[in-house]
Amino acid sequence: MSVPLTLLGLLEREPSHGYDLKRDYDTYFGRGKPLPYGQVYATLSRLARDGKAIAGPAEHGEGPDRKRYTITEAGIADVGHWLAEPAPPEPHLQTVLFAKVVLALMLGRPAAGYLDAQRAAHLQRMRELTELKRRGEVVDTLLADYGLYHLEADLRWIDHTAARLDVLGREVRQ
Amino acid sequence: MSAIIEARGVVKSFGPTPALRGATIAVGQGEILAVMGPSGSGKSTLLHCLAGILVPDRGEVWFGGQRLDSLRENRRSELRRDRFGFVFQFGQLVPELTAEENVALPLLLGGTRRKPALAEARPWFGRLGLDGLEDRRSGELSGGQAQRVALARGLIGRPEVLFADEPTGSLDSVSGELVMNLLTATAREQASTVILVTHDARVAAYADREVVVRDGTVSSLTGATP
Repeated sequence: MSVPLTLLGLLEREPSHGYDLKRDYDTYFGRGKPLPYGQVYATLSRLARDGKAIAGPAEHGEGPDRKRYTITEAGIADVGHWLAEPAPPEPHLQTVLFAKVVLALMLGRPAAGYLDAQRAAHLQRMRELTELKRRGEVVDTLLADYGLYHLEADLRWIDHTAARLDVLGREVRQ
Repeated sequence: MSAIIEARGVVKSFGPTPALRGATIAVGQGEILAVMGPSGSGKSTLLHCLAGILVPDRGEVWFGGQRLDSLRENRRSELRRDRFGFVFQFGQLVPELTAEENVALPLLLGGTRRKPALAEARPWFGRLGLDGLEDRRSGELSGGQAQRVALARGLIGRPEVLFADEPTGSLDSVSGELVMNLLTATAREQASTVILVTHDARVAAYADREVVVRDGTVSSLTGATP
């Protein structure tokens, strides 16, 4: 999962301090693995250096960095491209698929369309693996089956999530 | 690829319940198309309308340049017998007939005499790995064997379109895979178009293309724009 793009996505909601971004990241995406402060501030500095975010003036207060960051047009475009681009259909994608859906719902972006695109990419890969099985040796078949069953599990999750987007959207935006 | 069969804005309700709300789809000659979608989305109703089993309330169904939905029932029935093949989730073999007679059934119904019809049915047993089972009745076949007999029955008339509704739905994964390999290989060999209704992505992966039926309309899986 891409930490910089996820933080950028959180920044698209509203200008935020590093502390707020870390708190929201840990709440939605941390899953028991909080993001270290150092990584948050280093990432924000890089995003500012690359023109994806603008750092406001330093504010008085406690903590190492009291700057408020604002996303730029280039940053918004990066988030949009990342969300819309299907992830390579490989096993164990849950963290990136999950992050994309939650962010898309949070930002009011077309999560259903993203899920459809991912679904199409998964099915295309499943077609390739099925063809490989048809032509391949036993070992190829076993490996292809492994991929097929994992992709199928992802697809079930995609279908299940797509059917519940309204409810999920309401909860995430609360 | 030119379309051999098409639904244009098909609407179909059962009493007050709408099943299709303007379904549009075109299937190319020789194409294997998977129709996916959640339970109750209307995918089986779409298949039945395309096959002329059901008549739409509104919209049109075309097959080979001919309007199908406005034909009389007896003409649609002939068309189904002579130019379409069917495989359903449960083989629906006739229990009183032997496996060989079941395979030959479409030919017998089409007026072929018994002896040549059975002679034509016999090679299918070797092709589908069913050697020695010709004289068994459906109760004496395993689920996978019965489904392969049903597949042979669906394909023996070299149908222009084979309609398959959850053809592996009652089978374990290994038998299902065997049925799908045979179905797709034979359909390609005969240049039959296949319309395959399934909720199983591994089955859909045998198709050239898939569409999803949602709330009675058909969507292609196109990508999102940023």
